[in-house]
Amino acid sequence: MNRIRLSDVRPNTEIVLYKIVGGMGMERKLTEMGLLPGERIKRIDSPSDGPVVLVVKGAKIAIGQGMADKIIVEECGQKKIIKVALAGNPNSGKSSVFNNLTGARQHVGNYPGVTVEKKEGIAYCNDYTIKITDLPGTYSLTAYSLDEVTARNFIIHEKPDIIVNIVDASNLERNLYLSTQLMEFGIPLVIVFNMSDIAESAGQQTDDKAMSELLGVSIVYTVGNKDKGSKELLEAIVRTHKERADKNNVSVNYGREIEQEISKVMVLLNREIDLIDKYPSRWLAVKLLEGDKYIIDFIKAKQGSDEIIKQIEASRAHIKIIFADDAETIFADKRYGFINGILHETMTQKKDSHLVVSDNIDQIVANRILGIPIFLGIMWLMFKSIFFLSEKPMQWIEQTQALVSGFVSGLLPEGSLMQGLIVDGIIGGVGSVLVFVPIIFLLFFFMSILEDSGYMARIAFIADKFMHKIGLHGRSFIPMLLGFGCNVPAIMATRVIESKKDRFTTILINPFMSCGARLPVYTLLIGAFFSEKISSNVLFSLYILGFLMAIFMAKVFRRFIFTGESAPFVMELPPYRIPTLKGLIIHMWERGWLYIKKAGTVIMLGCIVIWSLSAFPVSAKGDLTKSYIGKIGKAIEPAVRPLGFDWKIGTALVTGVVAKEIVVGTMGVLYGAGERDSGNPFSLRGALRKDVYPDGRPVFTPLIAYAFMVFVLLYIPCLSTVAVIKKETGSWGWMFFSIGYSTALAWVAAFVIYQGGRLFGL
Amino acid sequence: MSKEEIDTAAHLAPGEKASIVKVSGKAYLRRRLLDMGVLPGSIIQMIRHAPLGDPIDVKIKGYHLSLRKSEAYHITVKRMK
Repeated sequence: MNRIRLSDVRPNTEIVLYKIVGGMGMERKLTEMGLLPGERIKRIDSPSDGPVVLVVKGAKIAIGQGMADKIIVEECGQKKIIKVALAGNPNSGKSSVFNNLTGARQHVGNYPGVTVEKKEGIAYCNDYTIKITDLPGTYSLTAYSLDEVTARNFIIHEKPDIIVNIVDASNLERNLYLSTQLMEFGIPLVIVFNMSDIAESAGQQTDDKAMSELLGVSIVYTVGNKDKGSKELLEAIVRTHKERADKNNVSVNYGREIEQEISKVMVLLNREIDLIDKYPSRWLAVKLLEGDKYIIDFIKAKQGSDEIIKQIEASRAHIKIIFADDAETIFADKRYGFINGILHETMTQKKDSHLVVSDNIDQIVANRILGIPIFLGIMWLMFKSIFFLSEKPMQWIEQTQALVSGFVSGLLPEGSLMQGLIVDGIIGGVGSVLVFVPIIFLLFFFMSILEDSGYMARIAFIADKFMHKIGLHGRSFIPMLLGFGCNVPAIMATRVIESKKDRFTTILINPFMSCGARLPVYTLLIGAFFSEKISSNVLFSLYILGFLMAIFMAKVFRRFIFTGESAPFVMELPPYRIPTLKGLIIHMWERGWLYIKKAGTVIMLGCIVIWSLSAFPVSAKGDLTKSYIGKIGKAIEPAVRPLGFDWKIGTALVTGVVAKEIVVGTMGVLYGAGERDSGNPFSLRGALRKDVYPDGRPVFTPLIAYAFMVFVLLYIPCLSTVAVIKKETGSWGWMFFSIGYSTALAWVAAFVIYQGGRLFGL
Repeated sequence: MSKEEIDTAAHLAPGEKASIVKVSGKAYLRRRLLDMGVLPGSIIQMIRHAPLGDPIDVKIKGYHLSLRKSEAYHITVKRMK
């Protein structure tokens, strides 16, 4: 196919966006305007020097010639586009099928307005471009969970041409439950029996022809983790699109009594032309009768809907009388009954012998006695491996950074502003982001192993009792543990927590898990002010304090902010599976790249700002006391004085907002510890011990040092973490709240320690 | 029907099977259970308790489901011999 620049496209041609080559900033800007890879667009202006005018999703957009040069498009000619939504249960192997279909042609973003991740990709088959959107993995499509609402809203508002439903072939009964709901949208459905090899080896035989007839869908077999069946699936999509485009789907028959009620509601709904235009009426009727809060509220908000609402109430009451149970149960029951009927006719051998191996593993791994030791062993092994494997690459990055700094330094006039900006500001900033890359990538690699193998669900199973006590969910455990390494991936790992309350609480308390970057600060101060005998106890006490603070704040948040009952734990324990390397690498890359992109830009900016504050005004001539940062330190001195801190500590705390390691660096600079080699802790320790106020009192005592460390432990973790909190909560409000409350807490804790200690004569 | 036969799913001993009679509880929990196949008439088997005693692992419709005891109290079952 023909790929050209958008600026070279003839007017009035339909094209498909292939790639944006103008860098991240531009990509984001265009993405916000709806220009995504795979999007069908039309150029409508005639070439001139003026802007290029496009029609995207029915909206007109004008962009500059320069931008149009950086957008690569594909001429579609006779090509047709099929929009596909990929739906399926969690653990059905949906993402491996998605990866097989789209390869590297993926784009990760968010669904508008929510923090649910949205993956899109493109595949080609014959003359068709197939645009695939991966919906969140769900068991059902109710109004209770954000994922489910997001998935069904996508189907309703974006109206995909085809829904591809991935089902775990070895667990058809529960997996087809979602299919029965997808069938109600009136959109052609392709059902994919994934992991069909496992089902087959367990002796399961399905008459797919008969099943396909009964369900009114196309059926395809795939083995996602072995990349089998992708081609057949794409062909089935195209075939279904051609053949079934105007045929109606089979729907679950809910039985005479309920069907009558559905018809009554549909008659009323069909009068509302504007409604029926947008929503499939049978789906609406079923949702209303099921008592779907979201849809009922939506209908109630419409004018003249009283009659519909009355009918709904009457119908629900009627159902309750006939079946002696409420509509919700009856609908679920009928769906499962429908599935059972079909499976009974088309499938032989429904035993769950495919679970034998998995069950045996659980006999040991989830064992009442062995479960916890094995779990701790796996955690220990994971952390050991991560830190062991990341050590060397981190050193290489630091060495390379030093080499580059040295080289660039030499090129620029010594002591010039340019040298400072580039070496300390930019290279230093990039370095402080890059140095975390190995550890983050490794963390995500191991996390993916836990997730893809099925062990993550067992961790939640084992840890839930304890986590529930502090008001959290079993799934909050991993993020808490990861926090000891680095809060950035830890907060990103909270995505496995379904309930928003649990997730936000976990995000907000996570920074109290003392991360690796805080260790250099502790090492410096403990080495300087505590005897070797008690040093490890002092260090340990800080970690414990952070952990207790996390538990305490979790309880506070659950009591006052995220109130109400905690989300149900009801969770599938999927069969164990061997992860594929391809899947692991894709997961690792996605998350890691997100960190580099998001955290990277913020840290860079932060480093440049801090550098500027320490380099200006020029008249300070490198004397930090006279620089802006020194002035800020002096200005905040009254605020930190009650904690026993002087202005130098205040300054270090300000710079430490960027990253905790910088606290040590700033102290080094402030105490002029050998100019640039502030890395040498011994000379700095001596300088700290010797520092006195004009009246001869020492600036530091062990008590002040401890208060200082507690402050460092509790206040704003670092800019990257703050950036990730913003990203994961999707809100500036929560980000500022996190900054504010943690700093307030740090201040109070340090105050109590310092003033309390003084009362005891420390 | 004797009283011992009717119990909640939380009280089943590991290995014991029962038939579900009723699913109650708050809307969200109930809906979630129904969607996961915890329906009147389905067979539920207690597999094990987590190492700390809670949650539990049950087998239903050919797969493993874990839930807290506090949630399993809402599932009324009839023990099978």
